[in-house]
Amino acid sequence: MANKILEINHIRKSFGDLHVLNDISLSVNEGQVVSIIGPSGSGKSTLLRCATLLETMDGGDLIYLGKYAARDTGGKSVYASARELKSIRESYGLVFQNFNLFPHYSVLRNVCEAPTLIQKRPKEQVVQEARELLGKMGLSDKEDAYPYQLSGGQQQRVSIARALAMKPKMLFFDEPTSALDPELTGEILHVIRELAAEHMTMVIVTHEMSFARDVSDHVIFMDGGVIVEEGNPYNIINNPRQERTIQFLSRFN
Amino acid sequence: MTLTTMIQKMSEGLGHTLSIFFLTLLFSLPLGMIIALLRMSKVKPVRGAASVFISILRGTPLMLQLLAVTYGPFYLFGASVARNKLIPVVIAYSINYAAYFAEIYRAGIESMPIGQYEAAEVLGYSKVQTFMRIILPQVVKRVVPPVTNEVITLVKDTSIAFAVAYQEMFTIGKQIANSQSSFTPFLIAGVFYFVFNALVAWVMARIEKRLNYYR
Repeated sequence: MANKILEINHIRKSFGDLHVLNDISLSVNEGQVVSIIGPSGSGKSTLLRCATLLETMDGGDLIYLGKYAARDTGGKSVYASARELKSIRESYGLVFQNFNLFPHYSVLRNVCEAPTLIQKRPKEQVVQEARELLGKMGLSDKEDAYPYQLSGGQQQRVSIARALAMKPKMLFFDEPTSALDPELTGEILHVIRELAAEHMTMVIVTHEMSFARDVSDHVIFMDGGVIVEEGNPYNIINNPRQERTIQFLSRFN
Repeated sequence: MTLTTMIQKMSEGLGHTLSIFFLTLLFSLPLGMIIALLRMSKVKPVRGAASVFISILRGTPLMLQLLAVTYGPFYLFGASVARNKLIPVVIAYSINYAAYFAEIYRAGIESMPIGQYEAAEVLGYSKVQTFMRIILPQVVKRVVPPVTNEVITLVKDTSIAFAVAYQEMFTIGKQIANSQSSFTPFLIAGVFYFVFNALVAWVMARIEKRLNYYR
């Protein structure tokens, strides 16, 4: 059986009276690429933020590699200790819609600081690996540049390199191309495709339907805080069965 | 009294003027950060106390605060007035300026995009690491222009120390003006402050430029 990287069981999240996530479960196996699609406000970003511990959920389990980050106890999520969460955080990386690079750091320092400072890995080795990663991202000549000197696509590639430098077991992408024009979007999708080819485990929130169909092993359509439909990418995107999914994808198909 | 004698006598007070200036900056710049952090505390009473503290210091004249710090202990406890007036002067100025710096820092910290905190959190930075490495350096860059304003004001505010007869440049100038029935010492003082501030502006511009390697 495939190694389970992430398991989410029955999570719930409300902001006041607004139920943003209602009993969502999903699991991600090693090497799997899962895309989450759905309209704005469907809860897909909140789901990602709960999974990456940027948001606390009200109920449900969150499990990385068999370790509980949060365990449902009497209908409430009880989180692990700060120390345990710190080690759990090392299992995943997150790529933001707005890159969120550190503007006062050079490209190289953006990529190298966390592995040396947080993971305490030897600097020389980290720098060497960072250079390899930047090379893979087509940014070899940019290591001394500052983020403001780069295009959006280049910045997003740096932020992917920054996440990969931590050697995470999986990567989350939160609408990684939404801040980019179509040409730069292609650049980023190409990088993600390459990662998929290397069997990187990924969960991608995206509005790029054909990309989701082509790159994913599994597609989830969310609306109103619930999973409306999920399964094989081709089936979901080209032959959706649920009324809501058909309606959402009608502009695309 | 000749012009040269006046300039010479007033220059003797310049050391005291500089002492007020540099010591006030030395204490108020870091103290302002502490007050700013208290002002943003998650604990409501702490936040409230910092807020009241700031509003009192910003809402009353520096001269009044200076008199209170210098002579307050005498009126309240019968303690003797400090012989070296520099101590109460620097205490009063530092607290007053810290209140202004606190609000400048707070504005700078609150202007930081939440994404910077989130990126650091996901990478595993602790709260302290995030603040010291990611937030603070960027805040410093953002607050240089408003801090420059305050520093320039401080140069001119050193003259307020005449209220407690601390022998800085302006106090001496005022004494000469009285004894000689002359306006000249004030003109000299004006030139002193103007040149001093031209220097301050030049230094701050250089700092701003050095921080311009990123946007």
